Amino acid sequence: MIVEIGHYALILACCLSLIQGTFPLYGATKNHGRLMAIASPAAYGQFFFAAIAFGALMYAFITSDFSVANVARNSHTLKPMLYKISAVWGNHEGSILFWTLILSLYGAMVAFFGRKLPKTLHARVLAIQALVGLGFYLFLLLTSNPFARIYPFPMEGNGLNPLLQDPGLAFHPPLLYMGYVGLSVTFSFAVGALIEGRVDAAWARWVRPWTLLAWCFLTAGITLGSWWAYYELGWGGWWFWDPVENASFMPWLIATALLHSAIVVEKRDTLKSWTILLAIIAFSFSLLGTFIVRSGVLTSVHAFATDPERGVFILMFLFIVIGGSLLLFALRADKLQPGGLFAPISRESMLIVNNLLLTVGAVVVLFGTLYPLLRDALTGDKITVGPPFFNLAFGLLMIPLFLVMGLGPSAHWKRTDLKGLSSRLSFVFIASLMAAGISFYMAGGTEIMAAVWLGLGFWLLLSTLFEWANRIKLFKTGTFKRMVRQPRASLGMSLGHLGMAIVVIGIAGTSFWNSEYQGIMAVGDKASIGGYDLTFKGVDGMIGPNYTAVKATFDVSKEGTQLKPLHPQARVYLTPPMPTTEAAILSSFKGDLFVVIGEANSEKYDTWAVRLYYKPLQSWLWAGVALMVLGGLISLSDRRFRMGNVKRGGKTNVA
Amino acid sequence: MSLNRFIPLMIFCVLSFALYVGLNLNPSDIPSALINDSIPEFDLPVVGGEEASFSSVDLTKEEGIILVNFFASWCVPCYVEQPFLMKLKERGYKIYGISYKDKARDTNKFLSKEGNPYYKVAADEKGRVGIDWGVYGVPETYIIKDGIIRYKHAGPILEMEFEDNFMPIIESIDQ
Repeated sequence: MIVEIGHYALILACCLSLIQGTFPLYGATKNHGRLMAIASPAAYGQFFFAAIAFGALMYAFITSDFSVANVARNSHTLKPMLYKISAVWGNHEGSILFWTLILSLYGAMVAFFGRKLPKTLHARVLAIQALVGLGFYLFLLLTSNPFARIYPFPMEGNGLNPLLQDPGLAFHPPLLYMGYVGLSVTFSFAVGALIEGRVDAAWARWVRPWTLLAWCFLTAGITLGSWWAYYELGWGGWWFWDPVENASFMPWLIATALLHSAIVVEKRDTLKSWTILLAIIAFSFSLLGTFIVRSGVLTSVHAFATDPERGVFILMFLFIVIGGSLLLFALRADKLQPGGLFAPISRESMLIVNNLLLTVGAVVVLFGTLYPLLRDALTGDKITVGPPFFNLAFGLLMIPLFLVMGLGPSAHWKRTDLKGLSSRLSFVFIASLMAAGISFYMAGGTEIMAAVWLGLGFWLLLSTLFEWANRIKLFKTGTFKRMVRQPRASLGMSLGHLGMAIVVIGIAGTSFWNSEYQGIMAVGDKASIGGYDLTFKGVDGMIGPNYTAVKATFDVSKEGTQLKPLHPQARVYLTPPMPTTEAAILSSFKGDLFVVIGEANSEKYDTWAVRLYYKPLQSWLWAGVALMVLGGLISLSDRRFRMGNVKRGGKTNVA
Repeated sequence: MSLNRFIPLMIFCVLSFALYVGLNLNPSDIPSALINDSIPEFDLPVVGGEEASFSSVDLTKEEGIILVNFFASWCVPCYVEQPFLMKLKERGYKIYGISYKDKARDTNKFLSKEGNPYYKVAADEKGRVGIDWGVYGVPETYIIKDGIIRYKHAGPILEMEFEDNFMPIIESIDQ
């Protein structure tokens, strides 16, 4: 019964989205107040019914109602509660329903926080948001009904892919979806503005917090996925340039560019049509990501539900949404008058360089991701584009980006004196070269690229700190007051850039100084890696709730001091039967020790395949990202972004 | 109105056309150089023994359509595939099994536990025959008629794959 209520609620939400997507849009063109006023209640209602539908599906999963086909395919009574819940979005139908729920949540949030928006813009934004939602409701109801029943129903379910049974992965999709779908708001604002034919500083100030919110979720979501891959897949890598990783990385790149170009629109009233275009592209990449994952067009470890029919539906939907908005852009963007002028060397121009590099970066990733497909379509050849291509092409692009990133915040709006800027930052530049040189020498590096990346990391770190110190006039009276009183958006920027610097240093460490040991070990054998001495003490069997495992014990010591022993596991899950590895990781400020236990000698079970990795500065990577997200959240709390305070055409030169 | 503004739209149109074409391709379709070629020559022993099990000549002599399945006890997808192979056996298909890079004891254990869907099983312990056939990984299944390889499938076959990929070829051979 509850399942049918969910299905019914989904249909109601679909109808509401149709109403929300049409009447307010028409009302806005006729300036008809009552028609426009439908938008908000419709948005709340849509969210309400989508939440009921989602709740009903979750209920079916929690109670293991195997008469629902989706539950039978993806759940199992033996699964721990956390994974029964995460299985709701761990499958095709459920994840699309979840996507739609978040879309309607954002719709309701826009309805609520945007009450002070001009009426026509408010109505249009909500209508666009609803039309995007309508596509997803139809997709669910027509091709992927999560509430479909089966008869006769099985007594037991199929279970969830064991690789996905992990706390990190339980929260990875929700965060990622919050990010993906958050970009829909920016998209709706962009299309709304194109219809209105008006983009100004106030518009940019409404759009920025939404972009920032989506960006924070996207950053956290991508990193959580990367972290999961790091400790769960068991070969110590953290980024594989897998099509689905790329699918989440491309919107991130564009969202980052958008975040910066929106600043230019807000402060200088220029770059308008470019910003609009970025907003459209960012959400297009989100949709493209969905298409890539859901259609099976590319092979990937993530493609857990593939079906060509659904692919055609999503492709048509993409074509209407993206093609339509780009057409609108082509026809209407001329209406957006450029505002303030600026010199070739200025903060604006550096932000443009940032935008171009990030966009080209996204295009490179897109090309690398789709090239195998294009090649297959044209010539029938099967090839793969591997990490070497991405590392080289994308890495090279990032070098100028990080250089400019250090300069930008210290540059002035409109025009910057290049001489003054370089004399102010030259000592920072030299200091970072020295810091990089010393650490390169001390770590015993051989590859020149390692020095380049370290140098970039230090440059970013020091120039960001330098700019921050300048801004609060460190060491002069009243420093503390200025430090506390500075706008939160500026503080957020500093933290974000600082986080990026730490990430870059971490990447340099873990990519260029990692070491690895692979071998067959018998009980009592010793191995050394990264300054740690390990002794293999043997294995024990153990039984988990839905798996059996071998648990190995390694004694670990460093320079004679005994540390806590490590216990990597090799698990075999029962439903479905599948082996997985659970690496044991000893994290420290300096680096991660990573231990994986593999297969035993099949004759006597007395020797085991063991892999050891040492990953210097790996934890810097995660810490840096955490700092970036923190910076984003602090910036989000800036007073300017509180919707109630925004007045159209108000003061724009804050900070 | 400047035409530059249409550039994003045009790029997108090209891209969506490519995606549409891509949608009709199967990325796990791995082409085989041996399609419509005769099977490579081999002579393999029974599992764990010296005496001959079957050879390329035996396969060529077969009158109807036969399937050749490479499998191994160490391969997880093979466990997934096995119940469906049993069904195929019940449906009257003649399946020759070649255990690939596997120890005799493990192969026998696998067959006694999971069921033996094969008409005959041979052991390719060193994987030499697999190399000649161009085996990427196990399981792999070949459709053979009169000693000619008509189709190759990499990965486990389940009901859907069989209906979609195998049946059209089997039907076209029958006509």
